[in-house]
Amino acid sequence: MEEISKHTYVLQQLRELFLAMGKATLFNLRFFRELFLPPTEWREILRQCYLMGWKSLPLVSITGFIMGLVLTLQSRPTLVVFGAKSWLPGMVGTSLIREIAPVVTALICAGKISSGIGAELGSMKVTEQIDAMEVSAVNPFKYLVVTRIIATTLMVPLLVLFADLVGIFGGYAGISIKGDISLISYATKVLESLDFIDIIPATIKSCFFGYFIGMIGCYQGFNAANGTESVGKAANSAVVIASLSIFIIDMLAVQITDLML
Amino acid sequence: MKKDVSNKESDSIISIQGLSKSFGKENQVLKNLNLNVNKGESMVLLGRSGSGKSVAIKCIVGLIKADSGSIKVFGKDLLAMNTQQLNEERLKIGFLFQSAALYDSMTVAENLGFPLRRHSPDLTEDEINTCIKAALESVGLIDAIQKMPSALSGGMRKRIAMARTLILKPEIMLYDEPTTGLDTITSREISELMVKIQEEYQSSSIIITHDLACAKRTGNQVAILQNGRIGFQGTYEEVSNSTLPWIQEFFIDKK
Repeated sequence: MEEISKHTYVLQQLRELFLAMGKATLFNLRFFRELFLPPTEWREILRQCYLMGWKSLPLVSITGFIMGLVLTLQSRPTLVVFGAKSWLPGMVGTSLIREIAPVVTALICAGKISSGIGAELGSMKVTEQIDAMEVSAVNPFKYLVVTRIIATTLMVPLLVLFADLVGIFGGYAGISIKGDISLISYATKVLESLDFIDIIPATIKSCFFGYFIGMIGCYQGFNAANGTESVGKAANSAVVIASLSIFIIDMLAVQITDLML
Repeated sequence: MKKDVSNKESDSIISIQGLSKSFGKENQVLKNLNLNVNKGESMVLLGRSGSGKSVAIKCIVGLIKADSGSIKVFGKDLLAMNTQQLNEERLKIGFLFQSAALYDSMTVAENLGFPLRRHSPDLTEDEINTCIKAALESVGLIDAIQKMPSALSGGMRKRIAMARTLILKPEIMLYDEPTTGLDTITSREISELMVKIQEEYQSSSIIITHDLACAKRTGNQVAILQNGRIGFQGTYEEVSNSTLPWIQEFFIDKK
């Protein structure tokens, strides 16, 4: 008897998972359909870019700087043992640009932006603001969802590039604590170790991070159930699912880059 | 004896015929609902909580999709329309939400300008500002123009929401519990404002309320929902003087 109820429970969970995946797919398809339909809400896109990009700069700057600094300080002793201290700038630059800056910045954006979108749209849903938009013949999906996803897709890669720069500078600060290397010499060594092939896949990957951060936040908020409890749930699910998606996309991106190079 | 509730469809601005809506298999909220609202008429919908009053008016604006029946507004069946056609009709209908539903991230002026900027692209910024000020003056809240919704009281929020609705000059107004959560004095002020709007804009309206004072003040006609359909319809006096026990229950505290 217990065996049957476990079996039913698993089937029910699977059914719910597939239903959720179907709903999310339809939400994605609706985004692409609405994206190309007029009118384009340029003003709201710019406002969202400002809110998501500019307002995230302090947080991204601090984390970027600390990433570079800590990475340098942690790697230095090992490289010194192998007599490869001179590789430090190159190693810091490559690891930051290829992997650490995109992933950490995306995780920060998942925490700040995705949860913010989830909570904002969830609260708008609960307080009937989305319905109010719809009855005044304004397409809420286009105004609220499309604009936010465009903004995250554009802003997250820019934030990642900014984090790269600040992180490299943080690396210089780390080297300067225990060594004497000029900024120009450090920058030259970083640039010598880098190629376009390091920057382009990371930037493309960051665009996908941005898209999923926006999409997941919007999906959770837009589909929030009634009641204030659902606002918290929407924000929480947005962070958890977006963070998990970032790691999955990262894993796939690394595999694809490996195959292509 | 129950009054004939299927009044003439031909004169109606809003004509709902055979409207049904279920949520799940067992919860049928509306069962073959018929309701007609004539030009300039103010129809109050009374009914117990969960009787389907809000569902009925949300079906009119397409927020909830009805299972069957027809909803004709100015003779056009809204249920047979695509989104674009429905949006054109929505511009003729103003909807006041129970929670006011002001956009939290916008000031009062931006709230009012939001629908206007989208639907009247030919208007200049000066003309839009003039319309916003006129709408705010009509609800007596011109001083709140730069305030955020969070800085407003419940009554003020309702008035601003009314102004936002009126800015598009709708021919039909739908009110979802306009006086809920307000004190007696503010409720009376909102009711008087609704009457003023009705006279000024010559609009037809459906008002959902549990507030009998508001119903008496604002409604030309009162319809009571029972078991998913209109159980009784008449003037406020006819309804309140009815001897039917289930109708008397609504007025028990008033007597």
